[in-house]
Amino acid sequence: MVNTKVDLLGITLDNPVIPASGTFGYGYEFAELYDINCLGTFSFKGTTRTARFGNPTPRIAECTSGMINAVGLQNPGVETVIKEELPKLKKVFHKPVMANVSGFSVEDYAYTCELLDKEEQVGWLEVNVSCPNVHGGGMSFGTDPKAAAEVTSAVKSVTKKPVIMKLSPNVTDIVAIARACEEAGADGISLINTLLGMRIDLRTGRPVIANTVGGFSGPAIFPVALQMVYRVSKAVSVPVVGMGGVSSAEDVIEMMMAGASAVEVGAANLTDPFASKRIVEALPAAMEKYGIASLAEIVGRAH
Amino acid sequence: MKQSTLTIIENAPLAKNVFRMRLAGEAGENRPGQFVNIALPRLFLRRPISVCDYENGVLTLIYKTVGRGTGAMSLMPAGEKLDVLCGLGNGYDLGAAGQSPALIGGGVGVPPLYYLAKELIKKGKDVSVVLGFNSAEEVFYEEEFRALGCGVAVTTADGSHGVRGFVTNALPKNASYYYACGPMPMLKALASWELPGEMSFEERMGCGFGACMGCSMMTKNGAKRVCREGPVFKREELLW
Ligand SMILES: Cc1cc2nc3c(=O)[nH]c(=O)nc-3n(C[C@H](O)[C@H](O)[C@H](O)COP(=O)(O)OP(=O)(O)OC[C@H]3O[C@@H](n4cnc5c(N)ncnc54)[C@H](O)[C@@H]3O)c2cc1C
Ligand SMILES: Cc1cc2nc3c(=O)[nH]c(=O)nc-3n(C[C@H](O)[C@H](O)[C@H](O)COP(=O)(O)O)c2cc1C
Ligand code: FES
Repeated sequence: MVNTKVDLLGITLDNPVIPASGTFGYGYEFAELYDINCLGTFSFKGTTRTARFGNPTPRIAECTSGMINAVGLQNPGVETVIKEELPKLKKVFHKPVMANVSGFSVEDYAYTCELLDKEEQVGWLEVNVSCPNVHGGGMSFGTDPKAAAEVTSAVKSVTKKPVIMKLSPNVTDIVAIARACEEAGADGISLINTLLGMRIDLRTGRPVIANTVGGFSGPAIFPVALQMVYRVSKAVSVPVVGMGGVSSAEDVIEMMMAGASAVEVGAANLTDPFASKRIVEALPAAMEKYGIASLAEIVGRAH
Repeated sequence: MKQSTLTIIENAPLAKNVFRMRLAGEAGENRPGQFVNIALPRLFLRRPISVCDYENGVLTLIYKTVGRGTGAMSLMPAGEKLDVLCGLGNGYDLGAAGQSPALIGGGVGVPPLYYLAKELIKKGKDVSVVLGFNSAEEVFYEEEFRALGCGVAVTTADGSHGVRGFVTNALPKNASYYYACGPMPMLKALASWELPGEMSFEERMGCGFGACMGCSMMTKNGAKRVCREGPVFKREELLW
């Protein structure tokens, strides 16, 4: 019998597989399809202080082995998430959930996290710093070590739950951002968010995405993500959650060998609604194939 | 929703750049106005196609070849298997039809109306359909709708078949309700028709089952997902 259990900041996961934010809604679309309690946990849709419709459509474009999305953080706002989405989720998911939070100012982040801190169902806060900083000239919080650190301290001061800072790969030195978050008190780091990308419709000569550019993800980005997880996990001492292009149990093992303590699965859930479940089910056989008795032991094996 | 492996039993041209594919297998429940989402080799995203008919376990789809996905579909031989998510979306509200519903379709918006017409006729309704195309070589299913017992009017933009012009030039009088599916300009033109009705929309989709928020549309009742609360929306919900 192989052991798929891993620890993520004091909470034991039955396995390291975590559907990524924005690809799993608030869980119950998938709960209609399978028992989502088979997952380690999942990260719910990026939640903001107030409700957002998001970007105009088209928001989706196809790429070779991947996709671009420019959803623009459509969500009902943190109060509605707490009042409506979490109670619905409670009926179908009995494990701590990862709360993914976004904001456009430091106060936004703190406000949203403070409310979610009171929710028993929330196990971790995953703080996405890839949104533009409206008070800082529109540059994303995640592209400036100082701004990322500021968000980290603000969030840490309003919550006792473990804070995982989710980093954008669209930077020159992701290691510097990760270190800044760690120094500011982050309990963990997750990466990568989507890579900036674009497509043009040859028939019209216009960008496919209404917003011109969007976030590129899917199997095509796996090597880019793996490299970043490897470098960041070597540079920081807090746990790292790895993601980007993961679509099989082998990918999960590779991410963990690169240094991830747990692994998120994003776009794969969209093209195959059963992807995360299939990965969970395939893990034991894949572990046996590579002579792995316990997944916890392989974290950072490649270092 | 059901994920199924279906076998192609027929795949043949029907009109200019338009093909009909028939699939057999365990496709679950598929109502008029719902769609399926098809995984295709070497393409990342699935392709959404409306259910044109579903009878005796055979699913009929009619699609136009516009790009890589539908192009690849048109080359698939009978016997090939496809991974298909079935029974997606809300479907038409058959209960709203009244006695003499009008079904208005433009181009590849016509296919879902066939299944709808069939079910409405089973309920004893007097169904009239208006089918709009660009030209005679693109016309399909005129006879099939007649064979169901519908009153059929066809329009072509260039006048090469039926009434010259658009579907709005051939709308039936005294209809009790309407169901429409077609390109945006057609739906917009119909918005001014003083009749209760519902329309089917298209949007680029990431998942097709409500998980990604890729297909959202703003309505009078807030944001809706075309793939989940849609693709069919009541006329009075729509913002133009
Ligand atoms: C609910 C629904 C029902 C549909 N029913 C039918 C039908 O019965 N018959 C039919 O011929 N077509 C139908 N379409 C349109 C059909 O999905 C597109 O023509 C098809 O996806 C094009 O794929 P492609 O690879 O050939 O084109 P490409 O342009 O190469 O596709 C690139 C990407 O854009 C997407 N895309 C392109 N055009 C559309 C479009 N009009 N709507 C949504 N996504 C698009 C593709 O899915 C793909 O992700 C429907 C669309 C929706 C949303
Ligand atoms: C449709 C879509 C929506 C997303 N929304 C969010 C979000 O709200 N918050 C967030 O932190 N990441 C979001 N992401 C990024 C994913 O969580 C993940 O970091 C990224 O897609 C890389 O993983 P993948 O290659 O497995 O998709 C989204 C991704 C997709 C495809
Ligand atoms: S296509 Fe994903 S929610 Fe509609």
